[in-house]
Amino acid sequence: MTSSPTDRKSLHHLIQDYCPDAGRLPGPFPLWRGACSPAHWAPLAEGVWQAQGRLVALWWSSEGAVLQATYVLGREVLWASLAHSAGHPVADISPWFPGANRLQRAAADLASGALAFAAADQRPWLDHGCWAQQGHQEPAPNLPYAFVPVTGEGVHEIAVGPVHAGIIEPGHFRFSVVGEKVLRLEAHLGYTHKGAVAHWRQLPPLQGHRLAARLCGDSTVAYSWAYCMALEAALGWLVPERSLWLRALLLERERVANHLGDLGALGNDAGFAVGLAHFSRLREDWLRLSNTVFGHRLLMDRITPGGVCCDLQAPQCALLQAQCAALEPEVLALRDIYEGHAGLQDRFGATGQVLPALARQLGLTGLAGRASGIARDLRRHPQWAPYNALDVQLVLREEGDVAARVAVRFDETLESLRLIRLVLEHLPPAEPAGAAAAPALSAAPGSGLGRVEGWRGEIQVALQLQATPQGPTVSDIHLHDPSWHNWPVLEHAILGNIVPDFPLINKSFNLCYSGHDQ
Amino acid sequence: MWKLLNQITRTGLCSEKPSAAPWACNTLPQEHSPEAAQHALLKIVGRALTIRAIDAGSCNGCELEMHALSNPYYNLEGAGLRFVASPRHADLLLVTGPVARNMLQPLLRTIEATPRPRFVVALGECACTGGWFGDSYATLGALSRVLPVDLHIPGCPPEPGFILACLLNFLQRLPAERLPA
Repeated sequence: MTSSPTDRKSLHHLIQDYCPDAGRLPGPFPLWRGACSPAHWAPLAEGVWQAQGRLVALWWSSEGAVLQATYVLGREVLWASLAHSAGHPVADISPWFPGANRLQRAAADLASGALAFAAADQRPWLDHGCWAQQGHQEPAPNLPYAFVPVTGEGVHEIAVGPVHAGIIEPGHFRFSVVGEKVLRLEAHLGYTHKGAVAHWRQLPPLQGHRLAARLCGDSTVAYSWAYCMALEAALGWLVPERSLWLRALLLERERVANHLGDLGALGNDAGFAVGLAHFSRLREDWLRLSNTVFGHRLLMDRITPGGVCCDLQAPQCALLQAQCAALEPEVLALRDIYEGHAGLQDRFGATGQVLPALARQLGLTGLAGRASGIARDLRRHPQWAPYNALDVQLVLREEGDVAARVAVRFDETLESLRLIRLVLEHLPPAEPAGAAAAPALSAAPGSGLGRVEGWRGEIQVALQLQATPQGPTVSDIHLHDPSWHNWPVLEHAILGNIVPDFPLINKSFNLCYSGHDQ
Repeated sequence: MWKLLNQITRTGLCSEKPSAAPWACNTLPQEHSPEAAQHALLKIVGRALTIRAIDAGSCNGCELEMHALSNPYYNLEGAGLRFVASPRHADLLLVTGPVARNMLQPLLRTIEATPRPRFVVALGECACTGGWFGDSYATLGALSRVLPVDLHIPGCPPEPGFILACLLNFLQRLPAERLPA
């Protein structure tokens, strides 16, 4: 599987060859959607891989029994669907995109036997044998999971979770170690699977953003925005410019809140408790002002279909500006202290390293990707308002260790503070009441895709609406968390490190369980 | 090192006294001074009350606010409460989430591993009522469907000051028969 420049095809060639009926869909990102035949499913993946594109998400739509995938090539997105006929295993695309392994297993679990892949790894992923649909109304105990055994002299296993020592979401980690050195780590997730997708079919689409806001508490703004972006694209709605700018303000505030929390926790995990005390104080100040100005500490439900449900007057803008001005010197002082602390740097440097080549091969994405030389940030997309007007500076490190992920957080915090000030200075005026026609639910709803650069990485919502006599309802939805691609990379990052460094490495990625399990 | 000392002295102390959340004043007594709380806790458990958090399928929102309890403002340990790593060391279990079926067995095992007397607290909308997820093929809904719950703390997610006030209020009002001998 080597690629030479001559093999590379543009997205249009790939569409011509493998999804000939694909059509352009509306939305802020250039997007094509089309059907792919079973014979073309693997060649399409290989073609995207050769063209240095990437797989974003892969999921099963029980509505219509369709397997779907989204690929990104440059700035363009292809949403490919494979009508599945039972009994014929679907080609495995994990040879090109290793992250597809778990996505395929999750899709097979949620298809309850209607879907199979011609893959070597057939273990269930989200399904622990406890769900009600499997014939037992009474909850069943979790089935044992077949971890890959590591054998050899002196090798032993350490099992951790799903209930962890700290206040952490549930997941199981199985370490195979010699002495203190980790030979292999295998995670087993799915403990927080809540069957979220099934709930959307019962909800009016205009209520769905509230459920999207509750898939991952630390990315509630990003999920709500991605859901609303998909819904607005599917209904053909235009969002007032002021609302878009306020959405960006909320998203940047969410990013800063999470980075402040993580920077403190990372200091704490390296034995620097005073770092946690200071950053958790700053985070609390930040959340309290969010509550004062927007009405919710974590900013849940502030983004609504068609706009936002909050607005700013001059006094609130002044409060937000003042907070940015107060926070910046504090973050700079703490960065100075972190960088000058020999003990801290000793724990951070060369720990949990993922070099750029491995990051590219495994499809590392988001914040962790930018710490490993993957220069990608959706906010730099020229068609995504208001970010196209803000000139977001890309934060990039090549070292790929804990220190790099700490440095990216510091720099992104400062960049977000700059963006927040910029948004506050250039906030478009509110449209006069009645100027915009009240948005209506269109008669012929379609499908839409929402993509948002959350603090952890790219969140994608794919939405399909259907027309019913009561108006449009959700026929299919998939919400993709960047953690799907980064969890497997964590298992590589820990190799050769010692077990006591795992909490630090894990925290430096700070991946999502609930958004992944859903 | 001087930079760190400078940072610490410049910041000073910012801990606040636990107080009832404004919108819950009707149900919560006002006398939540740290001293009163400490006194009550000493009477009840003879030491700091220890808490074990269990996430039974939460979105992590409640966990974020639980973390906030330990920040210098709320100063959880100053009020005589402490998060512990093992259920074997715990007096009180703080459970979040709509009880994902995949988490039921680990949840019950963790509770079983906690010595009596133990208190079970449902934290957040999902654990209190099932929230947006309710009862489905993958979730059981409210925690009280699975086991007896001593205290419900609603909110999506509940604010840290409110969590603290609810816990202190609950502990101060515990009937004598629930106290350890």
